[in-house]
Amino acid sequence: MNIRENIKSLIIEKPLRLDCGQTISKFPLAYETYGKLNENKDNAILVFHALTGDQFVTGVNPITKKDGWWSYAVGPKKSIDTDKYFVICANVIGGCMGSFGPSHENPETKKIYGTDFPVITINDMVNAQVNLLDFFNIKKLFSVVGGSMGGMQVLQFVSNFPDKAKTAVPIACTSSHSAQNIAFNELGRQAITADHNWMDGKYNSKSTLPDKGLAVARMAAHITYLSKKGLQEKFGRKLQERDDLKFGFDADFQIESYLRYQGSVFVDRFDANSYLYITRAMDYFDLVKQFDGNLSNAFKKTKTKFFIMSFTSDWLYPTQENKDIVIALNAIGANVGFVEIESDKGHDSFLLEVPDFLNSLKNFLDKSYIESSNES
Amino acid sequence: MKAEYNFIANIIEKNSTVLDVGCDDGTLMEFLKKNKNVDIRGIEISKEKVQICIAKGLTVIEGNAELDLKQFPKNSFDYVVLGQTLQAFINPEIVIKELLRVGKKAIVTIPNFGNWKVRLDLLFKGTMPITSSLPHEWYNTPNIHMCTIKDFVRFSETINFKIVKSLALIDKNISNISKSNIFLKNLFGELGIFLIENK
Repeated sequence: MNIRENIKSLIIEKPLRLDCGQTISKFPLAYETYGKLNENKDNAILVFHALTGDQFVTGVNPITKKDGWWSYAVGPKKSIDTDKYFVICANVIGGCMGSFGPSHENPETKKIYGTDFPVITINDMVNAQVNLLDFFNIKKLFSVVGGSMGGMQVLQFVSNFPDKAKTAVPIACTSSHSAQNIAFNELGRQAITADHNWMDGKYNSKSTLPDKGLAVARMAAHITYLSKKGLQEKFGRKLQERDDLKFGFDADFQIESYLRYQGSVFVDRFDANSYLYITRAMDYFDLVKQFDGNLSNAFKKTKTKFFIMSFTSDWLYPTQENKDIVIALNAIGANVGFVEIESDKGHDSFLLEVPDFLNSLKNFLDKSYIESSNES
Repeated sequence: MKAEYNFIANIIEKNSTVLDVGCDDGTLMEFLKKNKNVDIRGIEISKEKVQICIAKGLTVIEGNAELDLKQFPKNSFDYVVLGQTLQAFINPEIVIKELLRVGKKAIVTIPNFGNWKVRLDLLFKGTMPITSSLPHEWYNTPNIHMCTIKDFVRFSETINFKIVKSLALIDKNISNISKSNIFLKNLFGELGIFLIENK
């Protein structure tokens, strides 16, 4: 993949001590920005991407040539209005869109890191990204926003840097990855490592890639992003370009064909080792444990105004897990709003056109921005 | 805006912290924020209403007072307001106790079922009363625990909380309720407004 020329990258000189004990320095952090930073530098929003996202939030992704992953929510006049706000998004470390990750070459061995890459955590991801604030000379972000793993980064960010964001919007996420979440991630990782081409993670030095394993991982995960009702309504038992069952193992059903397609397009843009690393980071995420069983303590020092949203049909990060964050915040008198959005689109709702969600996000940000401008 | 909002605002001290339980579309919250400079939060059960509040820039959580007040520690707020919804709860006793745990004081308003129009309706028509403030039929009303001003005063004695202030709203005018006039206030009052605290 020759992707370098379209990617903005910041080299982080400052050493970063990772949770695993290793220290990294002089590593690249790939990022993209949208909109303009105003004179007061008070209109910046740091968006965190989810498992398979990247820094290309909106517009056409220059690498994949497809729409950015949050095109519904981010752009001129949209929920995160790029006419008003300066949006920054970085590829997480461990990722595969230019930030320091397992597909990078190890300068010592001249081979790709593969599984020699250090295991990273959500904490490491946000500690790497906070460097962007210095780079842009921003003292305080107007907001930190993200869904799913992006939401986990929002929580970790506010916990680590209690005075660096005026508002925070964690969406469809959790403060602690559940056994079910870990189980699905493990299924994906097993699919990848069971692929003969994975070769203990050293595949990039060969010409063949563990595409089949990665595709299966994506297919399994994709099911968890949808709801039973949504799937039933969209696909039901409809057959794929045929009038009858073929009594074989071809994709008879539309849902099979759809999943195969999702798997096949995913492998073109994603690195299998990155998938292992990022899912691991999610599994290790446990902000409750980090604060000795009391999530409230994670936010004790912050005055950040929170707005949390969940979705009725999201069974991967269900409402209750989002509400637990609300409860922890209320327990310390933090400023937190919460709404569960009605949607049949499952966990993926935050990426899709769900008007109640998009409107609420816009209303919260715009009103909070006016309020914070009046105060300062 | 409801007639009683002014009187609720009069009770609340400036710059205090307030929780509006069942905050509806946030009208009272906005009013108190503007006129009393309070730090105010809301709980509302309807998703649509929560979204309206968010659009107004208010801090509101979607939730049910019977289940979700427990997340707030003791004395989290100077005042907790419960406007005309006590009668809709399955267990008003638990709700009142929760209000007085979460708030140092609570302001509770109740549509007065002792009002003469209600009494006449039942007396002459022989059917469950329907008035402008109680517009539902018996089978679809959310108001499953209607009470009168007198009932509420007795309630305070039974479950042992203190009524600091009690007001009756009669035709957009407000007046104090006392031991000597409760018979009349209970007959003519459309709404009872009570400032309560723990004994």
